[in-house]
Amino acid sequence: MKILAAMSGGVDSAVAAARAVDAGHDVTGVHLALSAAPATLRHGARGCCTAEDAHDARRAADVLGIPFYIWDLAERFRADVIDDFVSEYAAGRTPNPCLRCNEKIKFTAVLDKALALGFDAVVTGHHARLVDGRLTRSVDPAKDQSYVLAVCTQRQLASAMFPLGDSTKTQVREEAAARGLAVADKPDSHDICFIADGDTRGFLARRLGAEDGPIVDAETGDVLGTHPGSFGFTVGQRRGLNLQRPTPGGDPRYVLSIRPVDNTVVVGSREMLEISQVRAEPVVWTAGVAPGERFTCSVQLRAHGMTSPTTVTVNGPVVTAVLDTPQVGVAAGQALVMYDGDTVLGSGTITAAQRTADVPA
Amino acid sequence: MMPYLDHAATTPMLAEAITAVSRAMGQVGNPSSLHGAGRAARRSIEESRELLAASLGARPSEVILTAGGTESDNLAVKGIFWARRAADPRRRRVIASSIEHHAVMDAVEWLVEHEGADVTWLPVDAHGLVAPAALRAALARNPESVALVTVMWANNEVGTVQSINELAAVAHEYDVPMHTDAVQAVGAVPVDFAASGVDALTMTGHKLGGPPGAGALLLRRDIACVPLLHGGGQEREVRSGTLNVPGAVGLAVATSLAVERREVVAARVAALRDAIVDGVLAAVPDARLHGHPTARLPGIANLTFPGCEGDALLMLLDARGVECSTGSACSAGVAQPSHVLIALGATPAQARGSLRFSLGHDSTAADVDAAVAAIVPAVERARRAGLTSVVS
Repeated sequence: MKILAAMSGGVDSAVAAARAVDAGHDVTGVHLALSAAPATLRHGARGCCTAEDAHDARRAADVLGIPFYIWDLAERFRADVIDDFVSEYAAGRTPNPCLRCNEKIKFTAVLDKALALGFDAVVTGHHARLVDGRLTRSVDPAKDQSYVLAVCTQRQLASAMFPLGDSTKTQVREEAAARGLAVADKPDSHDICFIADGDTRGFLARRLGAEDGPIVDAETGDVLGTHPGSFGFTVGQRRGLNLQRPTPGGDPRYVLSIRPVDNTVVVGSREMLEISQVRAEPVVWTAGVAPGERFTCSVQLRAHGMTSPTTVTVNGPVVTAVLDTPQVGVAAGQALVMYDGDTVLGSGTITAAQRTADVPA
Repeated sequence: MMPYLDHAATTPMLAEAITAVSRAMGQVGNPSSLHGAGRAARRSIEESRELLAASLGARPSEVILTAGGTESDNLAVKGIFWARRAADPRRRRVIASSIEHHAVMDAVEWLVEHEGADVTWLPVDAHGLVAPAALRAALARNPESVALVTVMWANNEVGTVQSINELAAVAHEYDVPMHTDAVQAVGAVPVDFAASGVDALTMTGHKLGGPPGAGALLLRRDIACVPLLHGGGQEREVRSGTLNVPGAVGLAVATSLAVERREVVAARVAALRDAIVDGVLAAVPDARLHGHPTARLPGIANLTFPGCEGDALLMLLDARGVECSTGSACSAGVAQPSHVLIALGATPAQARGSLRFSLGHDSTAADVDAAVAAIVPAVERARRAGLTSVVS
């Protein structure tokens, strides 16, 4: 097959491309330029869009002996991922930009362009498996990326290849070294690639403006302190509140919700953070169709989060999940991903979460 | 052989140049050394300098050997700016065409950012020509403020050839020195340094069959130029650094042969270029040729394919062994809409949908046929992919 390998300049995508070559495919490497003004050099382990990353991708393609090009998707990335990220925070939600990038950039803009140009599929270095066409967790639970791929539809997955899902990260690195790929010991990228210094709050403050607002106790309504801009907070966050007044029992307080309308951060006890019912929409049935109108499965509510046995009710594009065990740190804007064992059933964006205390018995 | 249609990026070395470079590489000797080996190396340098000067209508003492076009452009733009400003602090303005190569454009912008320079970008018409009247108007506005004028002899993307003599004469009406980047012109159109009237001229070897990393700045002896590189004081103390003997030898041999064979090669190459343009326009009728209809380099054909992205076309042609370019090669490899096509009046989408085919001394009719045959399916596919990099 004619395969397009998306090569970030990291070890995973380099080995994925190498495996596609070994499998006998006609592979072409493409690095996605996602920043209109890329930095020359990488700083630490952030990002994948510096000129140095493009160079690393090119060198890996050289070693594999495959053609290599750079596709400029900076404008699309800005509109579909960065602007979305900022406006989601402005609306008091906590977006997952990696998931948005997979949905809009890698498996829409890139995949559509590849198919139009005559490629049969796109191969990436994601740690996930496709088992009989069904998206499945990687054998390496620490590196599993099925959560951020769960936005993909059957049509998209039909043209995707994830050759790394049967390997652990350690195996991937060893293989890269054995193949003579210089990126074998390149640090893993983490955090948000377009925030090079890792300062998400500063990034948002520059775009949304920082305005002081109140921190309010959920139970009493008392103003407990002042924050420098509500968008810098995430549900479940404990640090950085700088509250002067402790709770009567001395327990820590957590961010329960963010109200961008009146620039208010609502805090409360850990118990109040516990969520047992979640609404998500629009739902994407990654595995093709809903297993039923009402079914049990396990759900994951954030990247690298725990899963929880759940009963899901489907109502058109909306799913409601009742969790067997309450979870904390559930934020609107994150994805609810439904699993049957290791197989992804579907996903949706969390639009509402109900506290355990508020759910009628 | 693969159809190589990217001669404006770099062209194959002439066999004679390879022989001359190889021979020189076997010789030891620093041209600045005083012993026999040094004198032999110095002799090679000076003979090369004389040959190069004779090929370009310059005197040997006007040849400053450099590492290539980018260095020569930077040396001329920055060096003449610094010298002219040192002589009269009012001279802070650079007048440049809006279709310069990045080696000139970015050097000018660096002066603006770091040296307090002002810049007047001269517009071009839809064919890429700078009107002498536009230069005169820019100079007349405040002639004492001008440090230098720089206008490229022939454009690397669309191939338009300027009336350099006329522009130099206008600059001299106001006693302002004139630099020209003639990297694409030398060996392709007649270039005579003295007759042109320019004060400084950039040329490089690898665009005409010489080795990469060897070029020259032709600089009139009465034009002061502050060096970029300080050191041993080589090249009139304008360009320090141990002289590159194999490079200079190869540069001189290739330049002299390219100039000597120019008329014959240019006629043949122009006919091939016309064939590629005719063939492409017949196959893709809505494609559009950029540049001047007559005042153009023999080897360059830059075409826009509406509804396509140049990078997609390039990839599809490359897969079929047809090697061309989307404009000027860029180190990052990211296709920015060409400032040259924009200056000629193209929209960003048109600029993104352009391809440059450039032919040279070893191009053949078979290359043209292969390119024309490959372009139709490539355009069909690229149109299906559409303008993915643009947000609708």
